[in-house]
Amino acid sequence: MDLEAISKEAEAQISDAADLNVLDKVRVEYLGKKGRLTELLKGLGKLSAEERPAAGEQINKAKQQIQAMINQRGELLRRQELDARLAEEKIDVTLPGRNRQPGGLHPVSRTIARIEAFFGELGFAVKSGPEIEDGFHNFDALNIPANHPARADHDTFYFNPDLMLRTQTSGVQIRTMETEKPPLRIISPGRVYRNDYDQTHTPMFHQVEGLMVDENVSFAELKGILHDFLNHFFEQDMQVRFRPSYFPFTEPSAEVDVMGQNGKWLEVLGCGMVHPNVLKAVNIDPEKYTGFAFGMGVERLTMLRYQVNDLRAFFENDLRFLKQFN
Amino acid sequence: MKFSEKWLREWVNPNISSDELAEQLSMAGLEVDGVEPVAAAFSGVVVGEVVECGPHPDADKLQITKVDAGQGELLDIVCGAPNCRQGLKVAVAVVGAVLPGDFKIKKAKLRGQPSNGMLCSWSELGLSDDHDGILELPGETPVGADFRELLQLDDVSIEVDLTPNRADCLGIKGLAREVGVLTQSDVNEPVIEPVTQASDARRNISLQAPSACPRYLGRVIENINMDAVTPLWMKERLRRSGIRSIDPVVDVTNYVLLELGHPMHAFDNDVLEGDILVRMAKPEEKLVLLDGEEVELNTDTLVIADKKKPLAMAGVFGGKASGVTDSSRNIFLESAFFAPDAIMGRARQYGLHTDASHRYERGVDPQLQRDAMERATALLVEVVGGKPGPLVEAKSEADVPVAANVELRRTRLDRIIGLHIDADRVTDILKRLGFAVSYTESEQCWKVSVPSYRFDISIEEDLIEEVARVFGYHNVPEVAPVANLRMTGQPEQQTPLNQIKHRLISAGFQEAITYSFVDPKVQQSLFPDLAPLQLPHPISVDMSSMRVSLWPGLLQAVSYNQKRQQSTLALFETGLRFVPDSNETAGVKQQAVIGGVMAGLRQAEHWDLQTTSVDFFDLKGAVESVLATASSPGSFSFKAISHSALHPGQAAAIYRDDRQIGILGALHPQFEKSLKLNGRAFVFEIELDALCQRRLPQAEEISRYPANRRDIAIVVDERHALGDILKCIENYGGNQLVGLNLFDIYKGKGIAEGHHSLAISMTLQDPARTLEEQEIQAVVERVLAALSEKFGASLRD
Repeated sequence: MDLEAISKEAEAQISDAADLNVLDKVRVEYLGKKGRLTELLKGLGKLSAEERPAAGEQINKAKQQIQAMINQRGELLRRQELDARLAEEKIDVTLPGRNRQPGGLHPVSRTIARIEAFFGELGFAVKSGPEIEDGFHNFDALNIPANHPARADHDTFYFNPDLMLRTQTSGVQIRTMETEKPPLRIISPGRVYRNDYDQTHTPMFHQVEGLMVDENVSFAELKGILHDFLNHFFEQDMQVRFRPSYFPFTEPSAEVDVMGQNGKWLEVLGCGMVHPNVLKAVNIDPEKYTGFAFGMGVERLTMLRYQVNDLRAFFENDLRFLKQFN
Repeated sequence: MKFSEKWLREWVNPNISSDELAEQLSMAGLEVDGVEPVAAAFSGVVVGEVVECGPHPDADKLQITKVDAGQGELLDIVCGAPNCRQGLKVAVAVVGAVLPGDFKIKKAKLRGQPSNGMLCSWSELGLSDDHDGILELPGETPVGADFRELLQLDDVSIEVDLTPNRADCLGIKGLAREVGVLTQSDVNEPVIEPVTQASDARRNISLQAPSACPRYLGRVIENINMDAVTPLWMKERLRRSGIRSIDPVVDVTNYVLLELGHPMHAFDNDVLEGDILVRMAKPEEKLVLLDGEEVELNTDTLVIADKKKPLAMAGVFGGKASGVTDSSRNIFLESAFFAPDAIMGRARQYGLHTDASHRYERGVDPQLQRDAMERATALLVEVVGGKPGPLVEAKSEADVPVAANVELRRTRLDRIIGLHIDADRVTDILKRLGFAVSYTESEQCWKVSVPSYRFDISIEEDLIEEVARVFGYHNVPEVAPVANLRMTGQPEQQTPLNQIKHRLISAGFQEAITYSFVDPKVQQSLFPDLAPLQLPHPISVDMSSMRVSLWPGLLQAVSYNQKRQQSTLALFETGLRFVPDSNETAGVKQQAVIGGVMAGLRQAEHWDLQTTSVDFFDLKGAVESVLATASSPGSFSFKAISHSALHPGQAAAIYRDDRQIGILGALHPQFEKSLKLNGRAFVFEIELDALCQRRLPQAEEISRYPANRRDIAIVVDERHALGDILKCIENYGGNQLVGLNLFDIYKGKGIAEGHHSLAISMTLQDPARTLEEQEIQAVVERVLAALSEKFGASLRD
């Protein structure tokens, strides 16, 4: 058979090749080691030296043409194959993924974490302490002697006259000052307990108290840091007022109100300059050092921040409530 | 303290509105809780006199009257009140009047008789709950006068929530003084003159506990008239201060209490025997109080007694037997100073809280007794008549508190407030507060002597607070605190709690916060061997037991959510548990733990996943991810245990090295019903102090030589814990064993009963060279020999 017929046949087979396997078989049939064009090349030896170059050139040219056709066909087939695979693999990307939904922090923890971040940035270390407290740390060292009327205001859960659920985290400040000396900057978040249960009180709630003791800490600084905190906590310029008040462990003392969206003042914090008796109780010289302390109700701040209306929701642990904070 | 604004304004009358007054009080530390009108809105009510009063011809219970309301002609009014009678002065709502509740008075006919108005009761005017007929006005009340004006009803009651240090403001006198300071207004303090003695009747007084009662004034008033009634104006002031009218004597003592802030007490003098003794109660002494309750007195309780018996609990509550009654003729009036220390907490011991104890435990002015006595006597003579005897005063001068002298240093003032206030301003503030002040320029110091009524002032800081308060907190600038920049430690080997929490959150857990006190029944059933700390006075029984574990609270939260159709539940909590421990000071160990619970579906129903329930290994996986925060995988292990709350075949202790640090397992199915759970629940709890110890990474060089994996399949008796088998392979695999994985467990056909086949892969690698085939084989054989020896394991055919 002559070269032209073979080429024609090859061309036909190439264009008929339905997939890459068939195409490869065609390649082998014509261009393989025992392929038909290869055989033709081997047959050149039978020709005369004069005929040989021309015939060789023709065969090689045909070979190249066929190779090019195979390449072209191959590329087409590969593309078709890929297209087919891609079409087959198409999925609905709007279907939900395969994943256990992550949970989240309790909103109270979230608020505490934010408060820790704000004060941590200013070098306030986070301290914690026991929740069952003795009378010294919960009251005496805070300048609230036995029978002081302020004790009655606390609705304390007593186990016995000297053992109680802490009514404030201030005991942590005392414990810290017992072991560490100024300059001190600490905050103490945690659970506190009062024997009171109604629409606006739960017998357990959370406080974050803060304390800064250094050589020249002033009331003006207390005002500064708390207003700064409230602005950052609520991420807006808050209208804030400091109202004189009384706590046995601070003097001067103040309650801090913020202006609510309803145009009414709302108490969010208590604070003051650490009472000299408190410093004396932990052997810090009140002539050398002054300090401020503050305490805030975490639930109250959380309610304001996220428009929570019912305090009790925090301890019901209803997933439909909790998941809103994820 | 609740008071009438008009009453206060008789003492001090600044040119500001009620709202401004309330605002100024609040901003001075006397927090105003409420401002309420003393009477609801009504109009058209005037004083009238019943000129004629006769029975209604057609109604038994009605009377027809003619009333002079000062309108020229008499008004025909039908009245149903039994106390309606001729000559009575009444409040008449005339035609056109509007009563509280928008009740309009019109001309009417009642059972055929014309009625052009209405005679009002106190309750119809919204002034009390008294439905006992129409209100009766004193005979001298002028006919035709507007009732609102007559009673000055266009007034408000202001309630201030006073802090314990401001007992001096528990009376109009003190409030007026404070308002005078704040508004820079003059205070018109009425002069109290001694009354004229009209009898010689007296009682001697003996102070037997002079430190508790250093001053006691007494006076006998003879021949009083208990049929007299308390004047309307006094009743009204009491009412506006939230105090009910009782009888004229009590009303007068209460009036003085409100006016001067000084408690008074009156005894029936005819019941007293001999001298008055002010002494501590004797052991087992009993007293029947005014409310009829008998109490056994504690020996720390101060009593007023006569020579035979205790009469009253001093400064707290009177005794029934010695109290003034309707038939009392002669009274003994007390005006005493009791030391706050002697009264503090005493009322509470007996479950009492009275207006007197409230003031005495906070303190009263130790110089006010004489004024209070004279004022009360004068008022009593005015109201119930009688002949006052001489004022008898017993005093232990040494025990009467002396006014403090306090120094205020300029440097201290500036340092605490953080602001320099002009010396003149400071002096002015202190003077206005009633303090005697001298300022020495050279010493930069104020020498202040405090009046007796400001017994709360005793140290320099008290004065600083007063200066700041009156100067105005709002006038103190806001300044950023200044401190030396020092880093706070960040111990790297201490895992932050939030990191541990976030492991669980990523695994689908929601953080819960449950009460630290739980239902004792639930806790007892889960932990019968622990005797938890009980709250003696809990909110309710089901919140009375201090938790020994987070499980009771968490399981309750699961039940709560399951009742609300939540099908996928994974909750965790961190906090203290309170485990009884006699070695601890409080008899209880307060231990920080992290606990969790899983229940329901492994995953919400999903288009491509099987809907399966969680099991032990879901929980264990979550626990393992928590343990992994310690980056010390080898140090943790699990051992099967039995636990009262857990399924006997699905409970494990978590060990870190040799210390048990936690427990996990399936809740024992017997509790599913009692805890109202829907199906299985799996719980864990781990001690945080052990968990938070994190290993500091020590980097090792990564081998550059190939790793070789060899799989073995062994058959072993099922009774051996697989954890032990893996541990054994680890031990015998040596340093070159860098990977170990149990990838299949098979039992059934081809495996002997009670046995299973384990497919285990071992990855071997040397850091310094390529392992030779025979070395690898040697390790595998060493492992197999050990497994065979220790567990009877054989290679699977």
